[in-house]
Amino acid sequence: MGSTEGVFFLTGKDFKNAGSASSSLKGILEGMGIPPAIIRRVAIASFEAEMNTIIYAVAGMINYCITPEMITIRIQDMGPGIEDIELAMKEGYSTAPDYIREMGFGSGMGLPNIKRNADTLTVNSIIGEGTTVEFIINLAPGE
Amino acid sequence: MNTLPSIMLLGDIRDLLDAVVLARGEDMGMKIERAYCADLMSDVLAFSISNSLLITGLTNTQVIRTAEVATIKAIVFIQNKRPDIQTISLADEKKIPLLVTDLSMFDTCGLLFEKGLRSCSGLEF
Repeated sequence: MGSTEGVFFLTGKDFKNAGSASSSLKGILEGMGIPPAIIRRVAIASFEAEMNTIIYAVAGMINYCITPEMITIRIQDMGPGIEDIELAMKEGYSTAPDYIREMGFGSGMGLPNIKRNADTLTVNSIIGEGTTVEFIINLAPGE
Repeated sequence: MNTLPSIMLLGDIRDLLDAVVLARGEDMGMKIERAYCADLMSDVLAFSISNSLLITGLTNTQVIRTAEVATIKAIVFIQNKRPDIQTISLADEKKIPLLVTDLSMFDTCGLLFEKGLRSCSGLEF
């Protein structure tokens, strides 16, 4: 059994297209016949990570890899980096400016929402270089 | 006191809220079982459930993206907050009906609750 892989490129502050990569990813998963409840988890986690990149970074990309066992999503950005990852994982903690909050984001639920939907989540960040968020959602065949 | 949560038709919700339909007028026969209201899209992503109705005061395109990934069935904008044409056409493309009412968030939710519609929390009253 093979795997399906691909990449989407993201541009920082491109709010007009924010979410379109996760929307395309959702379409790909639907086309593969992945169960809707799994697709919802992948799409929500991917959308939060995509919004984080659009809000904070200059640019970024979403890599996806779908195998019969799992869906792996890696979002790499060229952004400011996260100073305290533990703090950023706390619900309600945010460094977003007001204009982001006015758009309905930046309420400090981004990383917590990714964690909530993922089976495993890894966040690596270097200040001044960027952040890589990788999450896996198991497809658990036979369950 | 123990009444089952009501299922409402989107057309009945439109009439109850005296709402104007901005997109997908053909979907007024859609059945709505649960509702969630928020202006924070991350809260919608965290706490809404599939196939629910979203009540919000935000009108940007991210609301439609949020609804799409969270599999929200339809959206009601409150206090006559009207989305722009890009938002409406994205909703149309994603087949998400849009309604707009003059009522406040509180009155919108109150009227729907009174008719038996319940939240995404699973709590019954």
